[in-house]
Amino acid sequence: MHRLLPLLPAVPLLGAGLLVAGGRHLPRPVAEAFGCLAAATTAALAIVLLPHSSPALVEWVGGWFPKGGESVGIVLIGDGPSLGMAALVSLLTLAALAYSWHYFDEPPRGHAGTFPALILLFQGGMCGFAVAGDLFNAFVFFELMSAVAYALTGYRIDEAKAVQGALSFALVNSLGAYFMLMGIALLYARTGELAMAKIAEGLNAAAGHHGPDALTLTAFVLVLTGLLVKSAAVPFQFWLPDAHAVAPTPVCMLLSGVMVELGVYGVWRVYGTVFSGPGGLPAADVTRTLVVLGVLTGAVGAVMCWYQRHIKRLLAFSTIAHTGLFLIAVGVLKAEADDGAALYILGHAGVKAALFACAGILLDRYGTVDEFSLHGRARHLRGVGATFAVAGLALAGLPPFGTGLGKAVSEEAVGAPLTVVYVAASALTGAAVLRVAARVFLGFGPRPEEREGEEREEDKTSGADEEPETRQRLVRVPRTMGTVPAVLLAAALAVGVVPGFAGLVGHAVDEAGTWGVFSSVHWTATGVLLDLLSTLLAVGLALVAVTRPGLLSAPEWALPLRRLQSGHVGDYVAWLLVGTTLLGALALPAVLR
Amino acid sequence: MGSESAVTAVTHVLPYLVAAYVFLVGCYGLATSRNLIHAVGCLAVCQSATYVLLLAVGYRDGGTAPVFSDIRPGSRPVVDPVVQALTLTDVVVGATVTALLLALTVQIAKRHGTVDPDELRELRG
Repeated sequence: MHRLLPLLPAVPLLGAGLLVAGGRHLPRPVAEAFGCLAAATTAALAIVLLPHSSPALVEWVGGWFPKGGESVGIVLIGDGPSLGMAALVSLLTLAALAYSWHYFDEPPRGHAGTFPALILLFQGGMCGFAVAGDLFNAFVFFELMSAVAYALTGYRIDEAKAVQGALSFALVNSLGAYFMLMGIALLYARTGELAMAKIAEGLNAAAGHHGPDALTLTAFVLVLTGLLVKSAAVPFQFWLPDAHAVAPTPVCMLLSGVMVELGVYGVWRVYGTVFSGPGGLPAADVTRTLVVLGVLTGAVGAVMCWYQRHIKRLLAFSTIAHTGLFLIAVGVLKAEADDGAALYILGHAGVKAALFACAGILLDRYGTVDEFSLHGRARHLRGVGATFAVAGLALAGLPPFGTGLGKAVSEEAVGAPLTVVYVAASALTGAAVLRVAARVFLGFGPRPEEREGEEREEDKTSGADEEPETRQRLVRVPRTMGTVPAVLLAAALAVGVVPGFAGLVGHAVDEAGTWGVFSSVHWTATGVLLDLLSTLLAVGLALVAVTRPGLLSAPEWALPLRRLQSGHVGDYVAWLLVGTTLLGALALPAVLR
Repeated sequence: MGSESAVTAVTHVLPYLVAAYVFLVGCYGLATSRNLIHAVGCLAVCQSATYVLLLAVGYRDGGTAPVFSDIRPGSRPVVDPVVQALTLTDVVVGATVTALLLALTVQIAKRHGTVDPDELRELRG
């Protein structure tokens, strides 16, 4: 079975190559069907491999096995989490391709293969990153998925905002990737190995009884910087809203649904495999680092989400808030919290992709994603409105959605003080989505007014004049575009309700984890109550915001926070450097003992 | 003897200091850039620092190129070929990213009429 592992990145890459070579001669439905076929094949492969992933599948590509304990080959690891991520990536890719089926407008006329080929390349990069067992290939696949993501974000090259957002995204993420490569080089210098498990052995041997030294700490901070830029943790998060606001909707579904989460997965994998031994970083310091960043990310993301009127930007900030919650769960370094994060990521992927899909329908139907100007205009889109509202409730953690289960399991593991962050962040992001749903699809409340004559700079990114992504504005919603979000939402529901699924996910994550314990994952009364609490809070906040807009309008204290999102790429790079310093400062006690 | 070992220490540490300096100088350029083409160049400078670091990591005293067409394996020390493979891969990655970024910059110049980041601030808040 392990021989099939390289096919996970290879099938989509090969499919992309064929589409680029032959796309010029193919009619559009054939090219798109081929793209769907390649994505579905990869998904099927990952799902077929999953039951065989215990013990983990290990493949040394090309037969370059280690000799005498030393290896120079490329190693791929197929354990539960890596194959699960590959399956999630592939299924979401399939959903994005189905969503864009036939309607998504493609600039290069006469080359039908371009868009599906890029999406497949993206899928190949993400699958490769998920199964990579050595750090350098993780970096290469990381760069592959990043570069394709830049190209996809700026796919509509004739749009001024799209190319600008893509460039900010590209500069910040590439710089982050080079930080990561510097860290990998330092680890290789110390251990002479690139395979993650081998590096851990080398670090333990080098450290002896002294624990980590400055070089190990530097390498940890550098590698983590790259991964946290990708997972949009504060203060590395500035690129994400700019990129998500301008990227085509099917691309947003992938960026928010799974690419950002792959950064969190990378943090979990790299810490658990490389740095969790006696030669790595002590657990207390890692927990301090990740939990501080996670709490900041959750808070900043949720507050910024609430004050957006550009619907795609609002969803982007809610992704930041949820990444913060995933980071906290990974950061507390407990088996149960890891299980919670895995379930949360699965549920969140379905819910967030469904929300972006609904926002895309609004964009293609009305040519705007501005909450204010859409007020009451989408009343007759009942199906889309219902999906959007239910997805908003699921985002707030409504049981029995997968998001609710993941949130409940994480909350139980992280303890009472951090539970407050979970409830607050999920309630606030859910409330923002419900507020949009009530205004846009139901026309509730007074029509929000522009501030007369004193419109603030921060309010100008409204999403009012956006180009639809379809060739002309949609008159009615095509069946594919309407079905995809509903199916995604149903999948998020299935994560929470299918008996035994949560247990399987938890078992797979615990087995691949480093804690050596197996926790049972299930709904608890406390979890359900906390989920209901955050859902009720979300509904209440949304109702107040819609009926009494004055009460919850942007206060002055939130302005400085919003001004930080300045749109200036130089500022974002400066923040990245601040973030790296912060990481170093938070983890510094590891070497002072 | 003392001064000799000090020289050796300097020559051993110097490449790492150069790598750190080149990386930070590139970051400084990115943060303060007034022109996107310059910014893309600065990113390439940051990446050059990774080449310097990788090659410095693989250096062996008295080592020669790891090409065994004219020397017998094991007859004399060679520098680490793994980091050279990594650097080569890194160069390829860098070329792709730089090309893509410059293409985006061309498109920004066409659509916005400027490549000054100070004037490209539509996406904010």
